[in-house]
Parts: sequence; C-alpha cells; structure tokens
Amino acid sequence: MVSEVHNNPAAILRVERLSMKFGGLIAINDLNFEAKRGAITALIGPNGAGKTTVFNCITGFYKPTEGMLTMTRQNGEEYLLERMADFVITKKAKVARTFQNIRLFSGLTVLENLLVAQHNPLMLSSGFTVLGLLGFPTYKKAAADAIEKARFWLEKINLVDRADDPAGDLPYGAQRRLEIARAMCTDPELLCLDEPAAGLNARESAELNKLLLDIRDETGTSILLIEHDMSVVMEISDHVVVLEYGTKISDGTPESVKNDPKVIAAYLGVEDEEVVELIEQAEAAGVDDITAAVDLLSTEALHEIEEAHPEMAPTALIPATGTPKAKRARTAVAGAPAAKTAPGKSRGAPTPARTPVKPTGATKAGVISNALPEPRGGKADKLILIQGIGPVNERKLNEHGIFHFDQIAAWKKADIIAAEIYLDFDGRIAREDWIGQAKRLAREGRTPAPRKTGGAK
Amino acid sequence: MSEKQALLSVENVETYYGNIRALSGVTVHADPGEIVALIGANGAGKSTLMMTIFGMPRARTGRIVFDGKDITQLPTHEIARLRIAQSPEGRRIFPRMTVQENLQMGASLDKLEFFDEDSRMVFDLFPRLKERINQRGGTLSGGEQQMLAIGRALMARPRLLLLDEPSLGLAPLIIKHIFEAIKELNKNTGLTVFLVEQNAFGALKLADRGYVMVNGIVTMSGSSADLLANPEVRAAYLEGGRH
Repeated sequence: MVSEVHNNPAAILRVERLSMKFGGLIAINDLNFEAKRGAITALIGPNGAGKTTVFNCITGFYKPTEGMLTMTRQNGEEYLLERMADFVITKKAKVARTFQNIRLFSGLTVLENLLVAQHNPLMLSSGFTVLGLLGFPTYKKAAADAIEKARFWLEKINLVDRADDPAGDLPYGAQRRLEIARAMCTDPELLCLDEPAAGLNARESAELNKLLLDIRDETGTSILLIEHDMSVVMEISDHVVVLEYGTKISDGTPESVKNDPKVIAAYLGVEDEEVVELIEQAEAAGVDDITAAVDLLSTEALHEIEEAHPEMAPTALIPATGTPKAKRARTAVAGAPAAKTAPGKSRGAPTPARTPVKPTGATKAGVISNALPEPRGGKADKLILIQGIGPVNERKLNEHGIFHFDQIAAWKKADIIAAEIYLDFDGRIAREDWIGQAKRLAREGRTPAPRKTGGAK
Repeated sequence: MSEKQALLSVENVETYYGNIRALSGVTVHADPGEIVALIGANGAGKSTLMMTIFGMPRARTGRIVFDGKDITQLPTHEIARLRIAQSPEGRRIFPRMTVQENLQMGASLDKLEFFDEDSRMVFDLFPRLKERINQRGGTLSGGEQQMLAIGRALMARPRLLLLDEPSLGLAPLIIKHIFEAIKELNKNTGLTVFLVEQNAFGALKLADRGYVMVNGIVTMSGSSADLLANPEVRAAYLEGGRH
C-alpha cells in the first residue's frame, strides 16, 4: 500500500476478511483494507458496490457475516467492532458517522442537535438527571461546556446565525455540514462520512474540502469517506480504496487509483476533454499511436473537435494501418462522392453478394459471418452515418471485413456479439440500433451528405 | 419568450411554506423538445419549483400552463395523467415494492401495455436494476434507488420529464451514462426535459437553455453556452470542480 501517513503510521481501523451476506446476496466479499491514523481514506466504487454496507458493519448497524474489524484508539486500546453494539461503538470505540440521506432531528434546533450528540457526557455529569435537577455545579459546568463545544463547531460550519432555527429548515448543504458537526461533537477518533458532498454544488464542495482538511489537521481525527464527487475524493484523500461488487479492485494514492485502468473502466469513465488533451499531447510529442485515446471519445466529441480544429480532425490523426482497404474507406469518408450502395442488391432477401465469404488467414473465434475480403466495387459505405459508429469504429469494422450497410443490416445475434468483442462495446449495438439504422441507410441507397466529415485531407 | 409554443410555462408563480415565501415571481418555460436546466445554490427554491409544477405545494399566485392547459389548480394525480413525470429528489421510491413493481407503478398510466418494451429500455440504461429486479426497493443501495426513481419516471412515457438532481449520489460513469441517455431520448423521441442540478457544469453541457435561481428568484437565463461563459455563473456555480 502506497499511502502517505501523517503522524502515526499505525492503522486506526483494520478491516480483515470482511464479508456480509443478505440471504443469497453477497454485498461484501472478503474485503481487506486499512485506514491510517490521522489520514483521510476514501472508499469509492460504483453504486451498489457495498460501500455503505462497509460503513454499516463498522458502525454496528449490521453484524458482518464474517471478518474482523479492529479499531485501535489513540491510547492503544483495541476494539473489535464486529462484536459491539452500535451505541457502544460510538461511546467506547469513538467512531462516529453521517448518513447518505440526512438524518438530523429536524424538529430540534441546530444547537439542540449538537447538544444531543453530547448526551453521554451530559448524562454523566448530571448524575443521570438527578444532580442536574438539583442544580449541582458539575452539571452547570458540563452544560456550559457542551454549549461552548457546539458553538465552536457552529463557527466552523458557518451556522452560528442559525443556531436557534429548526434543523429541518436549513438548506440542504447546511444540513450536510450540520451532520458532520454533530458527529464531531461526540469527539470521535474515526469519522465515517457517507457521501458528504452529495447534492452540493462546486463551491460548496470546495468548502467541504476545507472543513474536512481542518478536521483532520486540527483535531487529528481520522476520516473514512464514501464519495462520488471526484473533486472531493482526489483533492483531499490520502488513500483511496475502490470497491466493485463487494470486492476491492484497487487501493493506493489518489494518483495511482485515478490512473488505474480497472478503476477507469468500472467507475470513473473518461472525460472527453481529457481524451482531447491526450490527443493534443500525443500530437505535440509526435507519437502516432493514439488510436486508443481516439477510441475513447464519444462520436459527439469527435464531431466537436472536427469543427474546432478542421486541420487536426481525428480521422486524420488515426494512424494508417497500412491496409489498403482501410485507406480506401477513409478516402470515402473524406468527402469523396457518396459511395454507391447498390440499392437493388441490398433490398430484400439475401442475395449472392451478401453470402458469407469465408474469412481467410488468421481466423479468430467470433468472426462476423458475412465479412467481405474487400468492399464491393472497391468502395465502402460511409458507416459513420450510423449513429454510434465513429471514424475509429469504422476503421475497425473495415479491418474486419465490414464495409456496407447491408452487411450490418444482416447481422445475426452471434455477429453482434462478435462485433461487440472487437469494438469493445457492451450492448451498444443493440441500444443504438445499428441494425435498424443500417437497414434504413441501405434502403435509402444514396446517402445524404455526411454529418461527420473527415476534414481536409 | 415564445409563449404560444411552450410546452410548459410557469408564469409569475409565488409559492409559500407557511408564511415563508419560497418562490417569488418565477417565470420559466420549456419549449417542446427542449432540455432546460435550472441551477442555483442549495435552498434557492429549485426543488420547490419542481414540486409546485406538480401542485404540492400549490402556487399561491401565478399560472402554470402545460400544453395550453392551465394546470395550476389541477390535483396532482391529474397532472401526472397529462404525462408529466418526475424523478423526485432524494430517491422517493416505494421501498417495500420490488424493483419490478416500482417500474410497474410508473407504467400504470398505460395499464402496463408497454411494460416489456419500456422496461427493456430502462434495463439497458441501468443494467444494475435488472440484476436486482426482484429485490425490494428499500434494500437497494442509494445510487441504485436513484436509478430506479429515474427509471420509474421514464416508464410513464412522459411528454415532460422533471428530473430533480438525477446525478445525486451516482458514480461518475453512471452520471455520464444518464446524461447521454437523456440527450438520446430527447433527440430520438423529442422528449422535453426540465432538469434541476447541483452539477451545474454537467447540466449546462446537456441542456439547450438554462435558468439561474437565487433565493426564489430567477436572476439569469440564457442559452447554456452563454451561461457557461458567464463569469458570474462560473464564479458561483462552476468554479472549484469540473464534474
């Protein structure tokens, strides 16, 4: 594990072999990770990966099916959280949490919410109400202290002005901050935050970042954080753990996790803007292998780039693969007169022209049945007219012997699966109805002016 | 404002919670086939406007017109019957019903006539829901509940879709997915979408037009490109994070 540790290298929380099953559903499967003391550890992953379930196990809302959760307090005491009741976990192990759906006492005032959190020390000092009723000084002092502490946190979260308003009347972002303050009023050593930035706008998330960093640096509280807002996770976390389907798929610094292909595939996805940057960098560096980057772009983004930089149209950037047929196909894209589709042939039942041609050479498993060795009449159709097929995919299809709309229109289920394998698409062909589009285009025969052009060549 | 054309037009609406005025003189509209985004800070009244369109709470003054029909005083269920669907904020699904049943509730307007077809579309959009089809809504994770709320709204074959923070609590990849799907639906079926978002950058990128709301008042409106370029908007809602 490559994570920077602030003060104490020891882990505050060790999660070992944690599993949680609900009936037949395995929510967490053999999960291991550590949260470092004085650090912010983020737990991220797709929806339903089991992140909140981990929190519920740590805070005693669920009893894990298997596994060990060891909390080590600053004074060296160790607690096995899986054996403790939830209220004992807060009281003795000093773990506090917030919830995905805000759970404040909405009828109580803001201040009262923070006082309720200090129930334990107040009860003790009031001799379980008796001394308090008698007006003993211990209680008066404790009450004053409690208000003082509440005030401290209200100042931190900028809510002093609204101390006497019902918590339910606060705007959403303020309620989120109040939840954190309420958790902090229990003096936790480990603070578990479940999506604290959900529903916050960019500026509010930036404020949240500051608050959390303050908590870490000033009180030394360790933070365990579930969050989808990457502007929060990547900015403030010292260490990120990524879950998918209840298992850990990545673990490390924000930098390493951000660039982990598994995480990108399962969770982050790729920003079109980032890919554009990649292409620009690659071009500047004279690297010609940028196919992978271009592949990641949505067709819409490609179109945008083409409009913005006609001189560096992505189609022109795609490295030539050397196969003449691919080149020819691209020439057609680049604004040559519309390819003839031979409408007579493509209409109706299969014709000899469409009969599958046995692929020659290296036959991969899952080759499309009706692949052609080269385009009929030497001219390929503009496959990019099909929504969802961009220049890159067109080239790939050409390489696999798909040149005409009617070929796509005649695809069987197995062909779709085969195509999806080498296009690396999952369900997109069906979703975007390539077959239907291809049929329509094949029927139309003469294609209208292409929306996407390859730019000047 | 091209009023005669607008599918939805909200004119000078004021809404109160008790004595507190949540919306003052709000005027917005959505033309057929448009995606309109409403952005603003938390507590600005965005969700209140969504709820007011549905008559809960009712607008105290002003008019709400849908497709030429005044719906200001119409009961909520009749508003829903006009094929306005809403995915409310905070995942208000039916927790004791299964995923399937929740979707059936969404399709109840058509007596499940198009259920198979539409549910396939929803499952394509959210494969996760298909995996959980017989699970109770309440046992889904937060993000999955959000997917279900959006899916249920889509099942109603809406003419106008109101989305209240669709990206709330969802993984970045899914958000991208949802935004793409909304765009696709809008392009293919001409669905009109009215969208409330914290994720202002994503929302404005998706939308044709946008409104900015501050303390219950619409302070700015314009094309998404203009709003994205506007320094005030940038400073208030976009700065500090690209989503």
